[in-house]
Amino acid sequence: MSNFINKLWGSKSKASKTVTFGDSSFVNAPGGRIWTFISIATLILLWVLSSIFEWVKPIYWPPIQDVWSQFLVISSEGFRNSTLLEHVAASVGRVLAGFLLGCLIGIPLGFALALSKTMNRIFDPIVEFLRPMPPLALIPLVILWLGIGESAKIFLLFLASVWILALAARSGAMSTNLSKVHAAYTLNASKRQILFHVILPNALPEIFTGMRVAIGVCWGTVVAAELVAAESGLGMMVMVASKFLSTDIVVLGVILISLIAYVIDIFMRYLERRFVPWRGKAKH
Amino acid sequence: MQGLNVNNISMEYQVPKGDSVEALKNVSFDIKAGEFLTILGPSGCGKTTLLDILAGFLEPTGGEASFNNQPINGPSPQRGMVFQQGALFEWMTVEKNVGFGPRMAGKPADEIAKKTQHWLDVVGLSDFGTKAVYELSGGMQQRVALARCLANDPDLILMDEPLGALDALTREKMQGLLLKLWKETGKTIILITHSVEEALMLGERLFVMAPRPGRIEKQYHLPFAAQGVTGNSREIKAQSDFIEIREEVLAMIWGMEEEIMGSKGEI
Repeated sequence: MSNFINKLWGSKSKASKTVTFGDSSFVNAPGGRIWTFISIATLILLWVLSSIFEWVKPIYWPPIQDVWSQFLVISSEGFRNSTLLEHVAASVGRVLAGFLLGCLIGIPLGFALALSKTMNRIFDPIVEFLRPMPPLALIPLVILWLGIGESAKIFLLFLASVWILALAARSGAMSTNLSKVHAAYTLNASKRQILFHVILPNALPEIFTGMRVAIGVCWGTVVAAELVAAESGLGMMVMVASKFLSTDIVVLGVILISLIAYVIDIFMRYLERRFVPWRGKAKH
Repeated sequence: MQGLNVNNISMEYQVPKGDSVEALKNVSFDIKAGEFLTILGPSGCGKTTLLDILAGFLEPTGGEASFNNQPINGPSPQRGMVFQQGALFEWMTVEKNVGFGPRMAGKPADEIAKKTQHWLDVVGLSDFGTKAVYELSGGMQQRVALARCLANDPDLILMDEPLGALDALTREKMQGLLLKLWKETGKTIILITHSVEEALMLGERLFVMAPRPGRIEKQYHLPFAAQGVTGNSREIKAQSDFIEIREEVLAMIWGMEEEIMGSKGEI
């Protein structure tokens, strides 16, 4: 029991550090989750209290029980001919498709920018020009090019992620210590082997950071992407509900989007620990 | 001729404002197979440039170098390199690092495993094969770097201050290891260092280089490496002839450093 409490509070080890500010090793360390629990519980409690005492008008922020009952209704009866699960599946599918396409194009593009002078000179201005362009502003064009089907939505999500991934891969590849590349050349490695055994693993930590940012941005963009004549999807659900001032459905949709994004991020962090265990541990 | 032949090498760098810096000017020397050469010199004397040219990472602006009668015009597994630090692959375990060369060459797995084990034994890290490199101390990491280089079986080993980042005690032990490896493998070794003592202890030959333009100022033939293979290195370093040369070389390098500082003062 005391062991459990220690785990929850984050036991103070015997060799306590005196300098803790500026030392971020706690971020990935276990323990101390009690504070996470308290912070979430407090938010929910505030919401419950405000629902009970009607501190806020429902049109501004819905009572928790309304959101819960919408959740039950949409789960069983659906919203606009699709159940909640179908909405979730539609959005998750689009986000993952756009994100994976972004990886497929963005990561090689970033490597090309970092590894080939010619490619850098050709593509750098294009990337820098397209990067700040908000995908939302391109919606009319994307509809003209790709119609109003799935591909248009996926393309918008692709646009939201591809530049982030390209820049992450570029910066990761550029951070390769030249000694490592030199060493690999003297150790029989071909260019191709250096790419896959030296540059790629060296860039992985930054690529993972880029992937986490990109997938977050994709979730932020999915609402906009589903403005394009979507028949299902959490974003579409939120958009339609907001037109009818159904704030309970809006809030339900937003919470679900955040929750799913959070779960995916936890999964990404797991992958990062699994595939980049050396992150932050290299001395130089 | 077997060994290294350096013929009239120059290296000029263009710097802004149209000036150029002569990192190396007309450097020539020969090294026989199996020789141990150390190079000393103040910063800016072109010793790292020279090593990079010999490794094939840089092309000189004048002259040419050849190793075992083959001109040097790019990196080659014949010419291995051990860096000061940071050249190990931290995404690989110790044994994957050591086996990297044979693995890239597509050698069979059992041969790679055998070589890896052999060289890990030689550098005294047989129990650390499955560790991550970042779990090891600086001295152990450099031993991994040595093993990785040797597992690829180069004829010439270039070392750019391989012991520069180590503490004094570890450094001394590593000098012993280098002498032992040199004796046992018969490899040709060129080692750059900032430590006069290390240069005298390890080198059969020693070049003292000078800056502006980068050149070989003085050459010594030294008996201490041969003695050190069997003898006690502390005793050798306390010998009067060792101390005499040490002070002479130190005075020479101090003189150069002061010249550099002085000319900087004028600017």
